[in-house]
Amino acid sequence: MPIKVAYQATIEYMQILDEQGVLDADLARDTLTDDQVVMLYEHMSMCRRLDEIAFKLQRSGRLGTYPQNMGQEAIASVALAARKQDWMVPCYRENAALFLHGLPPEKILQHWMGDERGNQIPDGLNMLPMSIPIGTHMLHAAGIGWAAKLRGIDQVAFTFFGDGSTSEGDFHEACNFAGVMEAPVVFFCQNNGWAISTPRKKQTRAETFAQKGLAYGLKVRQVDGNDIFAIYKAAQEAIVDAKAGKPTLIETLTYRLGDHTTADDARRYRDSDELDAAKKKDPLIRVRKYLESKDLWSADLEDAMVERNKVKVDDIVARATNIEAPKTSDIFDAMFATTPPELARQRDTMHTHSLGQFPQQETLSNPTPHPAHA
Amino acid sequence: MTTAMIETTRQIQYREALREAMSEEMRADKRVFLLGEEVAEYNGAYKISQGMLDEFGPKRIIDSPISENGFAGLGIAAAMHGLRPIIEFMSWSFSLVAADQILNNAPKMLYMSGGQWGCPIVFRGNDGAGGQLASTHSWCVEGLFANVPGMHMAIPSCPYDAKGLLKTAIRCNDPVFFLESERMLGDKGPVPEEEYTIPFGEAILRAEGDDCTLVSFGRPVNFCIEAMVELAKEEISCDVLDMRTIRPLDIDSIVRSVKKTGRLVVVDQSWPFASPATEVITQVCERAFDYLDHQPVRVNSDDVPTPYAKELEQAYLPHKGKIIEAVKSTLGLV
Repeated sequence: MPIKVAYQATIEYMQILDEQGVLDADLARDTLTDDQVVMLYEHMSMCRRLDEIAFKLQRSGRLGTYPQNMGQEAIASVALAARKQDWMVPCYRENAALFLHGLPPEKILQHWMGDERGNQIPDGLNMLPMSIPIGTHMLHAAGIGWAAKLRGIDQVAFTFFGDGSTSEGDFHEACNFAGVMEAPVVFFCQNNGWAISTPRKKQTRAETFAQKGLAYGLKVRQVDGNDIFAIYKAAQEAIVDAKAGKPTLIETLTYRLGDHTTADDARRYRDSDELDAAKKKDPLIRVRKYLESKDLWSADLEDAMVERNKVKVDDIVARATNIEAPKTSDIFDAMFATTPPELARQRDTMHTHSLGQFPQQETLSNPTPHPAHA
Repeated sequence: MTTAMIETTRQIQYREALREAMSEEMRADKRVFLLGEEVAEYNGAYKISQGMLDEFGPKRIIDSPISENGFAGLGIAAAMHGLRPIIEFMSWSFSLVAADQILNNAPKMLYMSGGQWGCPIVFRGNDGAGGQLASTHSWCVEGLFANVPGMHMAIPSCPYDAKGLLKTAIRCNDPVFFLESERMLGDKGPVPEEEYTIPFGEAILRAEGDDCTLVSFGRPVNFCIEAMVELAKEEISCDVLDMRTIRPLDIDSIVRSVKKTGRLVVVDQSWPFASPATEVITQVCERAFDYLDHQPVRVNSDDVPTPYAKELEQAYLPHKGKIIEAVKSTLGLV
């Protein structure tokens, strides 16, 4: 009996705007308008500036830890493809998309400055707070999409995670659930080459991260992650599929130009040659080249934009800095829908008694003083 | 502390009480649904959800892939989306692979989001040993999980409480860990037809006495009652406090009783180190040290994995004999 092929698949790679700023006009049809590209360029540049300032804030002790997003700003175009009602379920390296979906940038700074209120999402914005543990939130994205479907609400959940996350069980469980439940979910695996110091080749022997989704019956594709057009188009098509009960896993090939976080120093484990090569693929450079080639941009416009972005970022930092610090006792107030008496007692006595000590010891008699105090 | 229960002649099983609680709440609130392994088509691995698929359909009684971390995470997101999930773990032993979701996400969501994202979700399932399921399937998770702030933990000892506490759990706006017992699923007890709920954080006095305070949680409450009956024959009388919830802990009721009896025995089925018993004893020492006439005594499972062999398992768990001995020790009788 002949051996048959039980399953065969190919992984498509899509690039629309190359490193030189040359656009594939056919693939680019019905994607981003010129105005959108200009807006994205200015937005991504603002995000880059904010990233640099956040780094300095951390170094000067005004911010706890910060994971720079530098080099991955092209993910912003997901937010242009997404509809207002769609959900963003983020980790921490897609600020550019979150801001464009409606999150005030000062919220992110507030969070990294150590104020949990920075994770509060404004009314009317469908977004979960940033998830810092690796992998955890992909299941929430699957659950958000699934819950929307159960409730008959037309919403798609977009989630973002790095290449390292795909080694967590959560990734596989989330993909499996999304597939089985036919949930409207779009998984963005931002393959930036590094999971802190673990290189991509130590993460998996699979040729692509995209192919991992095949095992769960997802639609999969690989795109240039520094290409705003490719990301936009992939997201746009994934929304259509998601609404039809077909979740998608999109692997974006990008690069983490900065350190993992401010607690990391990538120079210790990463070749400078690799970094230099990656810098040439910077999403900002190619968009500028493209805009200049279409006479939509100039050195003057660039200078004016840089000035505008300085002001914007200064405003963001000022807004984050001027938020009144929470009170120490506030840590007790967001534990339950209604604060139970035991917790209220801990809150009310935190400055006078160590945790767990009940201030009102019920005694039969006065305690005998220690001889030293007698 | 509560003392009154609604009188009734109707006797139903513990599992039926759980089913009634879920079904009644699902009828009353369209946001409530049940998700877990084999809960729908198979009617539940332990038949707790028997017939619920027929009544509520596959959109509300939902079979899941075998993926505890997965469906715990899905449930958390569904709660954040506005639904009221009941997540069934076939056994709490299996919840260990879902630790990141149930411990690191659900109870912290409100805090981490600056008070914005509550997580009204019930995680429920069988907890505890006694069925010869060997060490990996016999977890008593209360000792391990009760350490985590941000959730409620209920542990009913009888059908009446199973129903009343589960209804409260489903209506609760915070995460609830609901610890049932496979060994009690077939136990029958009085459960009234009429609507009732049992508040969290209020213990119930199962028996009244003057010599010693017996405090317990869940299934071992029944062993305390057996011990109390035996001890009464020797004219030793005990307060038996069924705590009903571990978090919140009704320490006021315990202190009140200890002030009367001067002696305390705490029985809990988890391992002794950092267990609910440890917590009760610590809090009693903090609050009413002077009232103790004897050092508090705890009866826990032995500090080894749950043995598989029947006799060894029974010897390892808290039981009537150990409790009687503990009470007598506080009276200087052994």
